[in-house]
Amino acid sequence: MIKVDHLSKSFGKIKAVDHISFEVKEQENLILLGTSGSGKTTTLKMINRLIEPTGGKVFINGENILDQSPEVLRRGIGYVLQNNGLFPHYTVAANIAIVPQLLKWDKKRIEHRVSELLEKLHLDKTYLNVYPNELSGGQQQRVGLARALVADPPVLLMDEPFGALDNITRSKIHAEFKALDELKRKTIIMVTHDVQEAFELGDRICLMHKGKIIQNGTPTELLFRPANSFVKDFLKEQRLQLEFKAIRLNDIAPLPPEGGAFDLHGERVDAGVALWSVLEQFKFTKAEGLSIINHQNKKIGSISFEELMAAFYQYKKHQPHE
Amino acid sequence: MNEQQQTLWGFMVQQSDKLLTQTLQHIGLTFISLIIAVLVGLPLGILITRKKNLSGSVLGIAGILQTIPSIALLGFMIPLLGIGVKPAIVALLLYALLPIIRNTYTGITGVDAAVKEAAVAMGMNKWQVLFKVELPLAMPVILAGIRTATVINVGVATLASYIAAGGLGEFIFGGISLNNTNMILAGAIPAALLAILFDFLLSLLQHLNLKKLKRAAIALPVLLLVMASFYFIPSAYGGKLTAGFTPEFMGRQDGNLGLQSKYGLKIRTIVISDAIMYKAAFEKELDVISGYSTDGRLKAYGLVILDDDKKIFPPYYAAPIVREDALKKFPDLEKILNMLSGKINDSIMTDLNYRTDYLHQSPERVAKDFLIAHNLWQPKRGGNGSIVRIGSKIFGEQYILASMYTMLIKGYTNYNVATKTGLGGTKICFDALTNNQIDLYPEYTGTGLLAILQPTQKAIDALAGDRDKTYIYVKNEFEKRYQIKWLQPIGFNNAYALMMRKKQADELGVKTISDLKQYLERK
Ligand SMILES: Nc1ncnc2c1ncn2[C@@H]1O[C@H](COP(=O)(O)OP(=O)(O)O)[C@@H](O)[C@H]1O
Ligand SMILES: [Mg+2]
Repeated sequence: MIKVDHLSKSFGKIKAVDHISFEVKEQENLILLGTSGSGKTTTLKMINRLIEPTGGKVFINGENILDQSPEVLRRGIGYVLQNNGLFPHYTVAANIAIVPQLLKWDKKRIEHRVSELLEKLHLDKTYLNVYPNELSGGQQQRVGLARALVADPPVLLMDEPFGALDNITRSKIHAEFKALDELKRKTIIMVTHDVQEAFELGDRICLMHKGKIIQNGTPTELLFRPANSFVKDFLKEQRLQLEFKAIRLNDIAPLPPEGGAFDLHGERVDAGVALWSVLEQFKFTKAEGLSIINHQNKKIGSISFEELMAAFYQYKKHQPHE
Repeated sequence: MNEQQQTLWGFMVQQSDKLLTQTLQHIGLTFISLIIAVLVGLPLGILITRKKNLSGSVLGIAGILQTIPSIALLGFMIPLLGIGVKPAIVALLLYALLPIIRNTYTGITGVDAAVKEAAVAMGMNKWQVLFKVELPLAMPVILAGIRTATVINVGVATLASYIAAGGLGEFIFGGISLNNTNMILAGAIPAALLAILFDFLLSLLQHLNLKKLKRAAIALPVLLLVMASFYFIPSAYGGKLTAGFTPEFMGRQDGNLGLQSKYGLKIRTIVISDAIMYKAAFEKELDVISGYSTDGRLKAYGLVILDDDKKIFPPYYAAPIVREDALKKFPDLEKILNMLSGKINDSIMTDLNYRTDYLHQSPERVAKDFLIAHNLWQPKRGGNGSIVRIGSKIFGEQYILASMYTMLIKGYTNYNVATKTGLGGTKICFDALTNNQIDLYPEYTGTGLLAILQPTQKAIDALAGDRDKTYIYVKNEFEKRYQIKWLQPIGFNNAYALMMRKKQADELGVKTISDLKQYLERK
């Protein structure tokens, strides 16, 4: 869907981005991870032509982005800024409606779409005619997200979208983010310097350093098959937590071949979910373990919490670097 | 009428026609120039946010323009644009530019970069970014600039009367020349009120919230245009010839008022400073001017004096006037100052003035040449006695006289001399004298009578324009009222006079003021 080919950008002598290449598949969520100054923002901005590259190419759906007018290109790409960049002189409703206005949608359609998004993002309708400075940081960030999503662009670029939020608000928005159906359909490139966030939200992660990609892979690949000691060191802190976030339930507890599902105290648990969120759900229920149920909702087996942990350590033992 | 006894309110009511005209002109001048300044400054301010390397030079030039003293700027305009509205508007415009350009620039560059980036990232083109994001967000700062420019313009517009563009300056400067406080206030108070009012209205606009501002941004140009159109309302006064009178002349019984009441003269009149009046007559911008009979430019520009056949201009014989305590402090002074008495007649004075005003010789040189030619000159004694302070008004003749007195005092006594030349008008000179800032300055009998003493019309009529009676009257009154002594007259009579280009006067067969009136009334 998005192909970045030997992309470079120099600011004078500084090579902000240095010959990087990667691909993002449709509906994939790619994270550009790295310390500050590693070239993440520059990379992101070259994809919607806020910055013109000094070398290399970007293709979206096989089309070179330089072959389109930048305005048309940008209207098809949602963009969320770190400090949200909401227009202080526009109401929340007008802020969300900017791109539809540019696309000349009719008024009814805009109104309908705006209130639909507000609902999905858990923003009260009373905020419609309020100015951004009257909103909390979390609310502003949601409006920023709504503004990027409003025209339903297939591609979404996000530059540290949750960077300015406190931890509690951030984990709440993370959860909403994962649950939002609109986002599941999108191809997303998200920039962050927060390793935990990268592991929580990313299908794949590009770890960047000094304008280069050090490793491009899934969270488990980065954890258990790090390309070099830089990657390893980068992930050293709170490693256990990262492992819980990287390893999925079906990695360590395969369902029976004839099919079935996990159930935790009457709630369905998706097999592809990270172990981390299973553990979080344990916290809120008094269940001793997961049940495995068949298509007729009949219990056909179970895994206790202890068995789950044992399987987790077993899994880790089989990884090359452990 | 005795103007000192008249209240300010009385004056304003009596002159309400003029006051209204001047106020409307003032508003008009302020806003015409403001509109043009916005039309020029706003795009220029936007341009330099796009081409940052231009910003230094554009802001620099606008800044330099603003440091040029207003009078000088008006002066520079005359050779380029003549007199009247055009140069006044251009000068005001130049003053208004800096705050508008500067605030547009700072306003737009001050818009949060993240907001601008968001606008671009959402697919706005550069015009949409400008009109939907940058200008609305910069608007409070831009309005602050317009507000500053408006207040500056209201102030500077008072000077427009120097170049015949009207406005409240006519009263202010007329009042200063005429020593008429009511007249000064009748101009200054409305001018100050205009400044306060516009400042207040614009501050309201500036603090509107952004939504209402949008509507205001549409209303503003309309409002400005209405204000600007004020200037053109009062000027419907056609005619064959145009007269240019000084603000002083306009307000005097022995000036325009007398021309109207005694001669019944009706002529299209504009108000102008005497610094440029002669030149304007020479360049055919004006046909009739109110000059002084000994002015050197009379000779230089080929002008003739129209005979005052109904004797409305009283005699203006020049003599030094000195505070009596100064005469006691400097016992030799009176004798020295009287050395010039009877030495300079009208034609000599005109010639001396011609040399300074037209040949641009320095007043000192002209004074020295004259003293040498009349065997009055002596080299400086270089004494170190106390200091005699000599004042003068701000025109050539007074500079020459002050120089002569300086040389005589230094040559014949051991006193030192300090000169305070170029003291604005009669009022400023006279106040300096009574307040012991200067010891003496040359004054004219007519000025002493009409501008300073301001007696009743009956008392003036009793003097019947007679040279000696007038001199004795002012001499006695000054001694009584101010303890100031009139020394002996120097000889020349620098009276008001109407003048025209000689060529034109000959062609039209106009020799007297009555001839002029008859010519104007012929259809
Ligand atoms: N407009 C610019 N001019 C000069 N240098 C820049 C500019 N933008 C970014 N850089 C430099 O490029 C490097 C990468 O910046 P950036 O992409 O913003 O990093 P990140 O988003 O990973 O923190 C940094 O060294 C930064 O200083
Ligand atoms: Mg960044």
